[in-house]
Amino acid sequence: MNPFSFTQPKDIDGVLAAMAAGARPVAGGTNLLDLMKEGTMQPASVVDINAIATQGLDRIEEHEGGLRLGALARNADTAYHPLVRERYPLLSSAILAGASPQLRNMATNGGNLLQRTRCVYFYDVGTPCNKREPGTGCPAKAGINRQLGILGTSEQCIATHPSDMCVALRALDATVHVRSANGGERAIPFAEFHRLPGDRPDIDSNLQPGELITHIALPDAARFTGHSAYIKVRDRLSYAFALVSVAAALELDGDTVRDVRIALGGVAHKPWRVEEAERGLVGQPASEAAFAQAAERILQGARGYGQNDFKLVLAKNAIVQALTTAKRGTEAAKGVQQ
Amino acid sequence: MDAYQQHPIRLRINGQDREFAVESWVTLLDLLRERAGMTGTKKGCDHGQCGACTVLLDGRRVNSCLTLAVMQDGHEVTTIEGLAQGTEADGALHPLQQAFIDHDAFQCGYCTPGQICSAAGLIAEGQARTFDDVRELMSGNICRCGAYPQISRAVGEVLGIAPAEPGNASGQQGFTTGSVLTS
Repeated sequence: MNPFSFTQPKDIDGVLAAMAAGARPVAGGTNLLDLMKEGTMQPASVVDINAIATQGLDRIEEHEGGLRLGALARNADTAYHPLVRERYPLLSSAILAGASPQLRNMATNGGNLLQRTRCVYFYDVGTPCNKREPGTGCPAKAGINRQLGILGTSEQCIATHPSDMCVALRALDATVHVRSANGGERAIPFAEFHRLPGDRPDIDSNLQPGELITHIALPDAARFTGHSAYIKVRDRLSYAFALVSVAAALELDGDTVRDVRIALGGVAHKPWRVEEAERGLVGQPASEAAFAQAAERILQGARGYGQNDFKLVLAKNAIVQALTTAKRGTEAAKGVQQ
Repeated sequence: MDAYQQHPIRLRINGQDREFAVESWVTLLDLLRERAGMTGTKKGCDHGQCGACTVLLDGRRVNSCLTLAVMQDGHEVTTIEGLAQGTEADGALHPLQQAFIDHDAFQCGYCTPGQICSAAGLIAEGQARTFDDVRELMSGNICRCGAYPQISRAVGEVLGIAPAEPGNASGQQGFTTGSVLTS
């Protein structure tokens, strides 16, 4: 790790002041410290934000018919929280599909959103990477890209966002609440939180410098509670990043789709969701044929880069599998893993 | 502020209050091994991918390679050296340590301190109901010797959870679950 100055303010204003001065916040540390050991990230100054957790930032509480998830609540505490388990089983499943129990005990909700890609070229400082060093090139397009993107990629970057939690948050229409020095506050719809790489792959999200995530708000999702499923396809049974993952939630009227949510992980620079495909499913029978049609629409425009060509078929099949599993019911979905 | 500054910190390690002065970049793992003399905790990958460095931090299992010592000022750490409640004279082991011996749950032993600390954290979390849950919730600890069946049985025994018979797995189609939400 590079030498860096370290502070641990006792209140949020101290944290925001340090961030305004350019300090990089650390909470769980599970991604940032790893990247600092690799030299991929070399912040001159780090601010530990854990001391402000008890000022309301680690709470999970009811709010306006939904829930507020504190940015400093740990992933494990969020996934196992009775209100999350009961009302947002999709979110619980997605979080528990990610990382390991140790890492989930450390990682925070805010940090989960701000994870960086696990593209091997981003990590390896001996290689070019437009995300790490803009303008140096992207060896991944014709290189090791089994894990990488097939949707929304650019000439500059084909990285994927590695989070499982974020895929569920996108499906559930969460909102990210942020604060900055001098009292600035804003709410960012989840769809607009992460961005596509375009010609600035070095920027992962629309969070501005100096902005701190305070909490994530979930709207009521009671209509989906009985029929949701998170399917994660990976190279080993557990403790691996997704090749493709799907968060699916259905509201059924008998055998007819009344409402549906489908979000994909492991395929793009952000959780991928095509709302037009969801609208196309509404009013249709909840059948494999209708699910396959939605999958076709969601994958429109997708392209492979060699090693990840298989994802084009895998993603479609995973969507059908996730919706079929959700249709059977959330209880049946628990324990299903492909 | 000076990047090379020494930060005074105090940690309670295996029941003893210890004081150190550390640079910002010293991980909890390196502090335990290099400065606290607790070499039972192992450095495997140093990137949070293997679990060999697992310790209990305020009673919860974490990867000690991915947190800074300075971030844990005022906190309590339990390593493999501090797990057994017995004295050196009576030699009493922690039930997990005894179960690992009884089930021959290691070969080279390098991952074992992390495995046992992780299992202690798993038991404290109280989420495992089935043998498949045990396997899934031990997935953060890699064993290159491949002692997984024995490790799972050792942890299962302490929890009172027996392995499922082949063809009668508690999970569906023999997969581990990823979602331990059975209660």
